[in-house]
Amino acid sequence: MRKLITALTLALSLGSFAFAAEPAKQATGTAAAPAMTAPAATQAAPAVPAAPMTAKAATTAPEQKKSFKANPVVTIPIFLIIIGVTMMVVVWSAKRTKSAADFYTAGGGITGTQNGWAIAGDYMSAASFLGISGLIALYGYDGFMYSVGWLVAYITVLLIVAEPCRNAGKYTLGDILSFRTEPKPVRAVAALSTVTVSTFYLTAQMVGAGKLMQLLIGIPYKTAIIGVGILMVGYVVFGGMTATTWVQIIKAGLLMTGAFLLSVLVAAKSGFSPLRFFNDIATSPNIIEHVQKVVLKDPLPVPGFDYGQRFLEPGLFLKQPLDQISLGMALVLGTAGMPHILMRFFTVPTAQAARKSVIVAMFIIGFFYILTTLLGFGAALHVTPQEISKVGKGGNMAAMMLAQQLGGDVSPFLGDLLLAFLCAVAFATILAVVSGLVLAASAAIAHDIYVNVIKDGHADQHEQVMAARVTSLCVGAAGIMIGIAAEKSNVAHLVALAFAVASSGNLPVVVMSLFWKKFNTAGVISGLVVGTVASIALVMVSPNMTYPKKVAADAQKTVTVLEKKQAEGGSLTDKEMKDLAKAKADYAANKDGKSMLGLDAPLFPLKNPGILSIPLGFLAAIIGCLAFPSRRSEEMFDEIYVRQNTGIGIAKAVDH
Amino acid sequence: MAEKQYDWSAIAKNPKFVELHRKKTTFLVGWWVFSTVFYFLLPIGAAFAPGLFKIKIFGRINFGYLFALSQFFVSWGIAMYYAHVANKDFDRLTRELVEELK
Repeated sequence: MRKLITALTLALSLGSFAFAAEPAKQATGTAAAPAMTAPAATQAAPAVPAAPMTAKAATTAPEQKKSFKANPVVTIPIFLIIIGVTMMVVVWSAKRTKSAADFYTAGGGITGTQNGWAIAGDYMSAASFLGISGLIALYGYDGFMYSVGWLVAYITVLLIVAEPCRNAGKYTLGDILSFRTEPKPVRAVAALSTVTVSTFYLTAQMVGAGKLMQLLIGIPYKTAIIGVGILMVGYVVFGGMTATTWVQIIKAGLLMTGAFLLSVLVAAKSGFSPLRFFNDIATSPNIIEHVQKVVLKDPLPVPGFDYGQRFLEPGLFLKQPLDQISLGMALVLGTAGMPHILMRFFTVPTAQAARKSVIVAMFIIGFFYILTTLLGFGAALHVTPQEISKVGKGGNMAAMMLAQQLGGDVSPFLGDLLLAFLCAVAFATILAVVSGLVLAASAAIAHDIYVNVIKDGHADQHEQVMAARVTSLCVGAAGIMIGIAAEKSNVAHLVALAFAVASSGNLPVVVMSLFWKKFNTAGVISGLVVGTVASIALVMVSPNMTYPKKVAADAQKTVTVLEKKQAEGGSLTDKEMKDLAKAKADYAANKDGKSMLGLDAPLFPLKNPGILSIPLGFLAAIIGCLAFPSRRSEEMFDEIYVRQNTGIGIAKAVDH
Repeated sequence: MAEKQYDWSAIAKNPKFVELHRKKTTFLVGWWVFSTVFYFLLPIGAAFAPGLFKIKIFGRINFGYLFALSQFFVSWGIAMYYAHVANKDFDRLTRELVEELK
C-alpha cells in the first residue's frame, strides 16, 4: 500500500514537470505582466536575501531584453535524477519509520557528521546562495559583510542551546518548555509559535521556489509550487525525519560541489592569486561604470575618485546602521530559536553528537559563504553588473549566469551543463528547506497539540505516527495553497519576520527555561506571546509594508520629470512613454490609499524589529514569572539542570 | 522500561556537579559574550568607522574585507576550542559524575 502511494506521488510529480515544459513558452511573456502591478515592484532595496528574488521577479517584466533560461534538454534529466534518487531515499526510509521517534527524530540514530551536513542543508536556503552572491555582484563588500551574521549565529547555537536541548528535549520546542511548567497551555502556545515561524519561512520559500522555477526553466508558477509541494509532502509523510535528513544531506553535498567547482573556475581566471583577483575587480571598467552611474548615481565621474576600489568598501547597500545591527541581533539569537533547527538536535543520540553536528555545520556554512565571495565578485568581474541587472534587479541570477558563462568559455555544452547543475541545486535546496519546515510544523501540531493536549499523552505508537502523517499532509497542502495565494504579494519581509519571531519569542523562553531557576508557566506564555506579537506588530507598521501615499508621491515625481521633458520639446522614448503611463496609473491607484493597517507612513523606522522586540520578549518573560511565581517550577529546576548538563535519563537511541 | 529514579537536588549539590557547572558556565558565557561583541564590531565599525575599513592592506585588499573574513576564522576557532575543552574536561567530569551515580 505504502509503495503504491509512493509510486503515485512519484508519477504525479514527474508528470507535473513533464507537463510544465509545454505551456511554458507562452507563459513567460504573460506571467511576468501581472507582477508589474504588484506593489512589491516599487519597494526599495530589501534587507533580507530572500528579498531580491521577489523584487526581481516584479521588475524584470517591463523590459525583457535578455532571455536567460536553462537548456531543458540538459536540465530536465538532471532534475529527474535528483527526484529519482531522493524518492529512493523515501522508499528506503519509509520502511524504517514505525514509531513516533522514528518519524520525528529518525529514532535518534543520525550521527554527528550526518546531522552537521543536514543542518547546513536545512539552513542554507536558495535565497542565501543566489541572493548573497547577487548582492556581492551588484553591491560588492556589503554583500559579503551581510553573510557573516548567518554563520556567527551558530556560536549561540553551539554554546548555549544545542547540547542542553539534546539532553532536555524529545521531539519539539514544546517538550523543552513544558518540562517544569503546566504542560497543556505551554505546549499549545509553543506549538502556535512554531507554526507561525514555520509558516512565514515556508511562504517565503514557496513563493521564491515558484518564481525561480518559472524564471529558470519556464515552468508556470502554479505548476512549480504544486510540483515542489507534492515532493515535499511525499518526503515528509512517508519518510519522516530520516528521508528529510537525507534530502538535506544530498542537497548540502550538491550545493558545496557546485559552489566549489564554480569558485575554482573563477579563481583560475585570475591565476589563483587573490591579489590579482581583487586588482581585476577594482580595475574592471564595467564595475567602475556600475558603481559610478548606478550605485552612487554620479552623472559624471568625480576626478580622482577610485570607483573600482569603492566597490570593495562598505556602505553601498547597507545604509542604515541601526537596521543592520537589529538584523544582526535577530540572526544571532533567532537561529537558535528556529524550531526546525532545534528539532535537528533531537535526531542525534548524545550531547556530544549534537556538539559535533553544530561544528561540522559551522565549517560547511562558513566555507560556503566564503565561496560566495568568489562567486559574487567573479560574477561582477566576468558577467558584469550591467548584464546581471538586466536579468534581475536584485542580482539573483548572478551565480547562474556565471556558471553558464565560465562553462561556456570551454564549450557551450559545459555551460549548459553547469547551469543545469546549479538549477538542480537550487531546486534540491528548496525541497530540503521546505521539508524541514513542514516536519517542524507538523511535529508541533501532532505531538504537542494532538497527542499531549487533546489526548493527554495517551496515544499508542501507531496512532502517534498516524497523527504525524496526517498533520504533515495537511501542513504540506496548506503550504501549497499559501504559496499559490501569495504569488503576487510581497514576501520579502517574511524571512526577517521568521527570524524576528524566533529571536524575540522562542529564544528568550528556551534560554530561561534551561538556565533560570524561577522560570515558570506564566513566564513562558507571556514571553512567547509578547515576543511574537511585538515582532509581528512592529513589522506591520515598519517600512516593509506598502504605503500607498509614498508610492503615489514617487509616481508623481516620475510624472513631473517626464512631463517636463515633454514640455521642453524633448521626445520621449518608447520606454519613457510606458514609464509615464505606468506612473500615472500608479498615482491614480495609490493617491488615496492607506497601508494594511490604515497608515500613511511607517510608525517604526526599521525593517528589522529585533532591536526592540528581543528586549521586549525577555522583559515580558521575566515580568510574567516574577508576577506569578511557582514553587513547583523552582523545585524542578535541579532536575532539568542536572539533565541538560549530564544527559542523565534521556531517551536512548533506537537501533535500526 | 521503568526509569531509574534520581534524587535531582542531591545531584545538584554533588561537588562534581558543582565543579562541572561552574566551569561550563564561565567558559560558555565568556566565549559567547566575546564572539557576540566581536561580531557586532563588524556592522558597527562599517557604519561608524568606514575610514578604517578602507585602509588597503595587501594590494587592493582592504581591512574591511580581512575583518569580515576574520569573523569566519574566529567563529571556527571558538568552535574548535570549545570542542577541545568540552571533549577533554566537561565530558570527563560528566562521565565521572554519571559513574558515581550508578
